[in-house]
Amino acid sequence: MAEIRIRGVAKTFGSFTALHSVDLTIRDREFLVLLGASGCGKTTLLRIVAGLETASAGEVWIGERRVDGLAPRDRGIAMVFQNYAVFPHLTVYENIAFGLRMKKLPQAEIDRRVTRNAELMHIEQLLKRYSGQLSGGQRQRVAVARALAMEPAVILMDEPLSNLDALLRLEMRAELKGVLAGSRTTTIYVTHDQVEAMSLADRIAVMNAGRIVQADDPVQVYRNPAARFVGSFIGNPPMNFLPATPAGPGAWEVAGLRLAGPAGAAGRIEFAIRPEDLAPAPEGLAATVRVVEPLGPHTLVTAEVAGAPFRAVLDSDLRVAPGDRLTLAPAADRIRWFDPETQEALT
Amino acid sequence: MPRLLPYLLLLPATAFLVVFFLYPFLLVAIESVTRQGAWSLANYERMAGHWKFSAAFWNTLLLAGIVVPIQLALALTMASVVTGLKAGRATILYIFAIPLGISDLAAGLVWLAIFEQTGFLNSLLTGFGLVERPVLFLGYQNPWAILLAIVLAEVWRATAIMMVILVAGMGLIPREYGEAAEVFGASRWQRFLRVTLPLLRPSLQTALILRVILAFEVFAVVAALGGTQFPVLMGETYNWQFTLQDRGVAAALAMVILAISIAATLVLLRLLHVPKEART
Repeated sequence: MAEIRIRGVAKTFGSFTALHSVDLTIRDREFLVLLGASGCGKTTLLRIVAGLETASAGEVWIGERRVDGLAPRDRGIAMVFQNYAVFPHLTVYENIAFGLRMKKLPQAEIDRRVTRNAELMHIEQLLKRYSGQLSGGQRQRVAVARALAMEPAVILMDEPLSNLDALLRLEMRAELKGVLAGSRTTTIYVTHDQVEAMSLADRIAVMNAGRIVQADDPVQVYRNPAARFVGSFIGNPPMNFLPATPAGPGAWEVAGLRLAGPAGAAGRIEFAIRPEDLAPAPEGLAATVRVVEPLGPHTLVTAEVAGAPFRAVLDSDLRVAPGDRLTLAPAADRIRWFDPETQEALT
Repeated sequence: MPRLLPYLLLLPATAFLVVFFLYPFLLVAIESVTRQGAWSLANYERMAGHWKFSAAFWNTLLLAGIVVPIQLALALTMASVVTGLKAGRATILYIFAIPLGISDLAAGLVWLAIFEQTGFLNSLLTGFGLVERPVLFLGYQNPWAILLAIVLAEVWRATAIMMVILVAGMGLIPREYGEAAEVFGASRWQRFLRVTLPLLRPSLQTALILRVILAFEVFAVVAALGGTQFPVLMGETYNWQFTLQDRGVAAALAMVILAISIAATLVLLRLLHVPKEART
């Protein structure tokens, strides 16, 4: 059992607050992705769980043990580093065996684990090589095999794919997902890549400015952003936002269009819709087309609605050109509303 | 032309080295194997036959054998401490490096001022009543005390040069390696032995070669503290050249120093060699 509980963890560097009292529970065997832009505190949080950084406040529990006072090696974790950190002076075999030797396991057991994990990561033919003789992708495989060989309760991954080229990243992503699902470990995975996060995660914790804004399964995070930031960060292109003014109880006017919305709110609120939840219709938001980008399966149209930029993902059969006027109807069940003051979602 | 350019640019420096180093070196080498204008090994025979030669040879090796390991251990410790510092690194580095700015003769004199009969150590001991009258530490009755004083002075004077090289080398090791070792279960000592030391081999090589060669050339510190009680090769070279006025034997001694320096360098190059594939 390796449930990770993070309780009120904060971190300050001088006058800069990297983390504001973060609370997060990662379930046993869950694959949790910490997603956020650079500088949001996600790597700091991971390093605090690893023990490479000391929290200024708060507690970290792994299973039934409080670990925030323990050395990294006493926490039952393994880690994959962004730059792999494959030791250049050791062979691939000795790299994978490093942690096992530190644990003083018998040689037969070391052999068994190195061989098995090297096979799992398809690097069994590289065991005698040095890191200098490997490609980036192969080094990444060594780093993962080294972590898996520890048979840890928890694996921590710090942007492990960010230094690979796009094609290799895609391949490794699928492979990692398979391998980690089979390893029965709890995983915390840090990335700034939302596609990586969506495709790998059981649950995504979106971070912004040292806080966890939303922690939920990928579809929820995408469909029902808890905060305006999540909607604007996740999705490519991101959500469209437009100001809405009250037009009677439970009714709001958005760029001249009357829509049903939250009844409890007062004053100005914000209307939000994903670009793919728009379709040309006789009645809708009046848009002037600015840029048309045919992407194959669909066409990305950047338009202007009430003077604000507004994107729509439309059927590629639709013939549009810059300057055209469109009326775009939002799918009623996909409309979301946000409070511009608190930035939080309204229901 | 572009292919020749680098060589062309190196030409002045090369010419300088040839004229002012290689040429005089050849002259000394030739001097050592000629006697009264004829090829001869008489200089070497005379050198080896002198009663002080063997003592000087072994003293030099002994001194290097004691001083360099102590300096290596100290320099590694100091470099680790300095590298681990978060603040005040530059200040500590400067303080550690102060003895580097002092000439070796001055360093010898500083330690002579401590150890001589009217020196600080004796004042201290008599002041506290620990001895009745000043002790002659550096007399011929106490060869070990002379050795100890020279070792102390050499360690004090020349450890910093190794430390500076090692600090630079440690700074080149990416922090992730240490962190990976930490996560994968290595203690502080194991991290040092299994990650830092192997990755530090190129810097260790440079620092050790430099120090060993300089240790074989030890002269002024020994002259100040040991006088004639502790003959070393460089001191004997000086004696043959200026006191005994025999340039041939002095040249032969210089060749001996060169030979042991080259031998030590080759051993160190081999011992601390990093195979090409295992480089970062």
